[in-house]
Amino acid sequence: MPAHKHTRKRQLMALLQISEPGQTDAPHQHKLAAGIDLGTTNSLVATVRSGKVETLPDAKGQHLLPSVVRYLAAGAPQVGSGARQAAVSDPRNTISSVKRFMGRGLADICKGCSCSEYDFVDSDSSVPRIRTVAGEVSPVEVSAEILKELKRRAEETLGGELTGVVITVPAYFDDAQRQATKDAAQLAGLNVLRLLNEPTAAAVAYGLDKGSEGIHVVYDLGGGTFDISILRLNRGVFEVMSTAGNTALGGDDFDRAIGQWLAHEAGWDQDSISAGQARAILQEACRAKEALSDAESVSVSLCNEAGEVWQGELNRDTLYALIDPLIQKTLVSCRRALRDAGVTVEEIEDVVMVGGSTRSPRVRERVGEFFHCEPMVDIDPDKVVATGAAIQADILVGNKPDDEMLLLDVIPLSLGIETMGGLVEKIIPRNTTIPVAKAQDFTTFKDGQTALAVHVVQGERELVSDCRSLARFELRGIPPMAAGAARIRVTFQVDADGLLSVTAREQLSGVESTVQVKPSFGLSDSEIEAMLRDSMSHAEEDVAARMLREQQVEADRILESVESAIAADGELLTADERTAIDAALKDLHEKRNGTDPRQIKQAIEALNRASTDFAARRMDASIQAAMTGHKVDEF
Amino acid sequence: MSVADLSSNFFALFDLPVSFDIDQQALAARYREAQRAAHPDKFANAAEAERRLSVQMAARINEAYRILKDPLLRGRYLLELKGVELDDTDTAFDSTFLMEQMELRERLAEVERSADPLQALQAMAHELARQQDLLLAQLADLLKAEDEQSLQQAREVTRKLQFFQRLNEEVEALEDELAA
Repeated sequence: MPAHKHTRKRQLMALLQISEPGQTDAPHQHKLAAGIDLGTTNSLVATVRSGKVETLPDAKGQHLLPSVVRYLAAGAPQVGSGARQAAVSDPRNTISSVKRFMGRGLADICKGCSCSEYDFVDSDSSVPRIRTVAGEVSPVEVSAEILKELKRRAEETLGGELTGVVITVPAYFDDAQRQATKDAAQLAGLNVLRLLNEPTAAAVAYGLDKGSEGIHVVYDLGGGTFDISILRLNRGVFEVMSTAGNTALGGDDFDRAIGQWLAHEAGWDQDSISAGQARAILQEACRAKEALSDAESVSVSLCNEAGEVWQGELNRDTLYALIDPLIQKTLVSCRRALRDAGVTVEEIEDVVMVGGSTRSPRVRERVGEFFHCEPMVDIDPDKVVATGAAIQADILVGNKPDDEMLLLDVIPLSLGIETMGGLVEKIIPRNTTIPVAKAQDFTTFKDGQTALAVHVVQGERELVSDCRSLARFELRGIPPMAAGAARIRVTFQVDADGLLSVTAREQLSGVESTVQVKPSFGLSDSEIEAMLRDSMSHAEEDVAARMLREQQVEADRILESVESAIAADGELLTADERTAIDAALKDLHEKRNGTDPRQIKQAIEALNRASTDFAARRMDASIQAAMTGHKVDEF
Repeated sequence: MSVADLSSNFFALFDLPVSFDIDQQALAARYREAQRAAHPDKFANAAEAERRLSVQMAARINEAYRILKDPLLRGRYLLELKGVELDDTDTAFDSTFLMEQMELRERLAEVERSADPLQALQAMAHELARQQDLLLAQLADLLKAEDEQSLQQAREVTRKLQFFQRLNEEVEALEDELAA
């Protein structure tokens, strides 16, 4: 066995030796964790209880929470099926499929032809806002309402506060969309352990690591997004080889195509359809689509505002003619993912189907034809993503210290910066495994230039205008030099959540700018803070109490982490270092029991500083141990 | 030497000999083991400093693996370790190579007009792969020899391979266009 496993066992034994009776936060204590599938159409929360994964139902026994939020003139917004029922009668205040708007500017949303459904505020803010009876709301706030509902459900069912959650996102989500999702979680008061890509979560749920080594495909067609991921599995490691997709293609588009056909057949003028009627048409389209899974033909009807009823018939051939072009688009992405992974269809072991839209027999048929195999549909396609997220959350929160599972994901779209003439210079190509860090050097082009503007974009096209603008920032204070003399190193780092941070440094003068990347289509930190304060005053929660609680949680985490590290590898420390760390530990223990969040924060930072070198040495030792252990294993 | 030391070379990181010939299976296995030790998911509950360190280390392991598993990147990296710099702005090549490249480009431009463009493109991709394999075999031999002349020749072969790399990218872009 690899040596690091041995190390871990040693760690646990040592921990047992030092744990004291009555210690409340013992490392082996089961912590509450959940996996959340924040879907376009429906959302879901799941958890691991007594070794089994279960999705959690509401009081009425419903597992799926419709991702619909209805704002009311007074009181808290309504979330779920109640809200969905009001979609036709109160369309302007009832927001569905908000996932489509996450991390998007108003112009993008209108391109997707869905802006007419809501009363978008025409403002200068880069973040679109929808006008409702309860005031203006941003997509992040709408998503936060859905997350709050799931949090409440989980905490009521499990009888305690959630330590952490894993939230899933489409693999093809760009940085802005991921950041928006994380912001929504923060607003909902959730501690996000990881943003996990939906297809990877599905692969985990299928337990593909158990037994079936090889290359697997996850085909995920949801209500509003499409993802394809190709993974290689080996001894518990899920290595994503490539991913492709479309964040604006899903079952909703099937409904829209069918809806347009219905309206056309009924002889309705597409331009004069009211918001309420549009919803009614889509609901009828969705009903017909689902009915055609079993029937060859289905009767359809529409009722206009004058109460006149149109009746017609939709058969499978017509349905296929309407949706085949959309399915074909997904297959183009499949082809590209195969090529990027450098594998052929013959090498694929199996194809896992995820997302409600893969219930469509036509989708299964076409995907099966493309990959030359029968797609796997064993797990309910609506629940599979939340299930995988729950398994990962259980591991990340520390409930299964011996688990060997490891997920290695990739960035879906290339990251680059704008250069002269509006061209994109790619810094990190798509399908690079994350975390990743890349540095690039730039220089000034004018004599005495003291500032440099950097524009970060994401996408595959050559022109900046064809890519997504992620952020703009400036490095200032460069000492005046001749053109071309300055050496400015810009470092991009993408973490395991797929989130980007950028730093810039002038190499000769050492002028550094750890840049605050302000997302082009995101909320600023101060906006989020204001929303948090706002939401807390609604909930009558004391802001100070919450800040104290947050610092205490963080203090407990670092105390536990450093103490167990000393117990395991204390011999790596010199006597002086040990004294310094012990003093910082003692101080943090004292401050943690006080009531001043600022003091706790300072003590945390002091302990972090005192233990950084130690942490580096431990990591080094564990990697070396892993390499040595493997040599024995390989031969 | 410390493996986490950012100045250590990528071969040392995986405890592999510095050589163009590489045991791909051992590399992949060691990569996975290294990530098991360093990946941020193993530090989800750790202190901030440790989590930051883990992101940096995991990023370095990923970069090392990306470079070492790809023959062109590995060759280029080996040349750098041996102090041979590649200048991307240098476009001087022997005339035979330039003629061949021009012909390949003309052929790529004609693909779109052929009866079955995707088929023609695939045939072209195969031909490119064949020529690159020949160059890679040359590179492997040249990098084994330690003398200056071989290293300079290895540099030229690497530059040619980069030319092919750009052509590969154009083939892929065209494939995307044709499929869409």
